[in-house]
Amino acid sequence: MSENTDKSSTGAAILIENVTKRYGGGKKPAVDQLTLEIPAGQIVMFVGPSGCGKTTTLKMINRLIEPTEGRLIINGEDVTDINGDKLRRKIGYVIQAGGLLPHLTVAANIGLVPKMLGWDKSRIAERVDELLDLVSLDADTYRDRYPKELSGGQQQRVGVARALAADPPVLLMDEPFGAVDPITRQRLQDELINIQAELHKTIVCVTHDFDEAVKLGDWIAVFDEGARIVQYDTPEQILANPANEFVENFIGSGAGLKQLNFARVKDVDMRPGVIGRPEQKPAEVLELVTLAERRNAVILDQRDRPLAWLSREQLKRMTELPKTRDENLPLVSTGSTLNDALDSMLQASTGSAIVVGNRDQFQGLISVETVMNAIRELRENASRQQAPVGNNTGEIPRVNGHGDDAAEDEAGAGSHAAVRTGRHAAPGDQAPSAGGSAAEPASASAEPETTSGTPWAGTRPEQGSSAADGTPSGGAAENPDRPEGRP
Amino acid sequence: MSTASDSAALDTGRRQWTGLIVQPIVILLALGAVALWISNADLTDTERVTLSVSYLWGLTLEHLKLTVVAAVIVLVLAIPLGILLTRGPFRRYTTPVMAIANIGQSAPAIGLVVLFAFWLGFGFEATVVALILYAFLPVLGNTIVGLRGVDGRLIEAGRGMGMSAAAVLFKIELPLALPVMLAGIRTALVLLVGTATLGAFIDGGGLGLLITTGVNLALDKVLITGSLLVALLALTIDWIARLFEQVARPRGL
Ligand SMILES: Nc1ncnc2c1ncn2[C@@H]1O[C@H](COP(=O)(O)OP(=O)(O)OP(=O)(O)O)[C@@H](O)[C@H]1O
Ligand SMILES: [Mg+2]
Repeated sequence: MSENTDKSSTGAAILIENVTKRYGGGKKPAVDQLTLEIPAGQIVMFVGPSGCGKTTTLKMINRLIEPTEGRLIINGEDVTDINGDKLRRKIGYVIQAGGLLPHLTVAANIGLVPKMLGWDKSRIAERVDELLDLVSLDADTYRDRYPKELSGGQQQRVGVARALAADPPVLLMDEPFGAVDPITRQRLQDELINIQAELHKTIVCVTHDFDEAVKLGDWIAVFDEGARIVQYDTPEQILANPANEFVENFIGSGAGLKQLNFARVKDVDMRPGVIGRPEQKPAEVLELVTLAERRNAVILDQRDRPLAWLSREQLKRMTELPKTRDENLPLVSTGSTLNDALDSMLQASTGSAIVVGNRDQFQGLISVETVMNAIRELRENASRQQAPVGNNTGEIPRVNGHGDDAAEDEAGAGSHAAVRTGRHAAPGDQAPSAGGSAAEPASASAEPETTSGTPWAGTRPEQGSSAADGTPSGGAAENPDRPEGRP
Repeated sequence: MSTASDSAALDTGRRQWTGLIVQPIVILLALGAVALWISNADLTDTERVTLSVSYLWGLTLEHLKLTVVAAVIVLVLAIPLGILLTRGPFRRYTTPVMAIANIGQSAPAIGLVVLFAFWLGFGFEATVVALILYAFLPVLGNTIVGLRGVDGRLIEAGRGMGMSAAAVLFKIELPLALPVMLAGIRTALVLLVGTATLGAFIDGGGLGLLITTGVNLALDKVLITGSLLVALLALTIDWIARLFEQVARPRGL
């Protein structure tokens, strides 16, 4: 697919191995013997009640908090004892409200890590513009602004851009969208999904909002006190088969409706629209609309971003097509859930909406009927996947390449061939169930404690064959060799 | 929304600059008035010698020297100490150290000056030591307050990006604490100009000499001129420091 994927580094697998954190010698650990596997190139969401150890777990991944016990393995490399500052330069970190340095411009904020890594000025400047573009901010407008001159949502976007600056394989996010209003939050989530479809990072994200977890996560880890894993599975599975009452309470009401969140706009058939350009005469465009027997035309700028959506009547009345963007366009993103799309259409009372993809590029049109049909279809194509390992029992997943059970591993790898490469894979990726699907309750039996095989070991060879997939930069040859056997 | 806050920021900015332009004009006018008054007054011989331009200029330079030497030493000592006291393990010493520095501040200045004179002998050095003790607190205090006031999330963001502790200090904490620290430094400078007057009691020199002479010999004009010059010098230093604060304040704050 896009050249971006080839030159940027995609996600790395993370293994949190039997990690315990005790603060200040306290008796009760904040994180208790946690073993958690985070598959390469996927989004894992941490949810759980306040104070259960989500942030602590997250910060132990980049060692902002040092584990009291246990190992941390990223892409097969034991990073428990390496230099923490160097480790953190290779891990993107996003916090609430962006955490931008107020005395530095947007460009300087984004350029911080590349500068530390010794990039030259022109390369940094180029990268800054590229990233601002990626997070849908106009580089010329925002590059030289100070953070206080940005809205909350814009600050958060810059925060994401900054974390991506040095193209780290791993991105850690602690309630990244907690401080913005719901509408901005939805946009930011959609953007993150689009970015992930392009970049295939390994993303670990803490959230308070279960809906956000469902929307963004390939996997959700539900924690209880002491970072005890209650359930670790796909959003579909957790919604369809909550492990116990604790998880049920966490999901809250309306689990059925929430399942609408698994289908995404990019998974349904969009209709092409009649396209006009601002330089054209309204009459010209009107003719196209009439010929195509459509009611509206979308006006796009040079970069294919929608400026306006005009009906035949409007086209008749106009002497010139608009050159600036109509802020009230009913826009949905390819990464939006059908739920969000329905919402937008109902709000705009148009019965349809304009779909935009990366960098706000026009993709097509979507209508209420398409959405309803798609939901019906998706219901019928449910599938199941093997969950990654997550437990607090001290059991550690095995990884293939280990001498005595190589044969068994091979079998394991085969059975994982169908493991998806991420819900937010770009169109064209071979994710078997991209876009997610409502699981059938009957066939589902979640096994969060399973120790039989590991997704990244299984998917790696397959991913290696496709550049577009979330191939870990290490490659299959550098598969982590487990230092010890099972306990 | 952003335009509203922008214009508010512009307003306060403009007000500050207006103040910065008015202050030196007032100082110059006052200085002119003093000069006019002296040149038209009936002066005795002693007064004429004491109030000659060259003599006054010499005293002013002496006064400035006391102030500057003490200020430099205060900065060199108090800022690093303030930084140290906000680093992890030393944080618990903040309170005792501030208490000690407070004693220096709340002790009557004249008492402190005389005390040091008996210990270190009369003269320049004793005066400087007393001045240092006196100006230490505002600088130390504001360094600590400024550094403590830096949003912990920004420090964490810096560490999270892979900045070392030192890089976080120099690139995040100090720039963000700078406005508060500079305000402390300005306070200290103004205090120093005023307190340096007491140097005259222990042969430290400076404009205080005019005041002691004026009192001892009952020369009112000398006394008044001395007081006015000290006040004007303090205002001038204050103005320079404000100017510097305005220029050095990081943009974007
Ligand atoms: N620096 C610290 N010193 C001592 N205890 C701490 C520290 N940080 C966190 N804790 C404790 O560790 C536990 C886990 O905290 P953590 O911040 O990981 O929770 P969390 O799941 O992120 O909660 P929230 O959802 O409220 O952010 C809590 O009981 C908290 O009080
Ligand atoms: Mg937290």
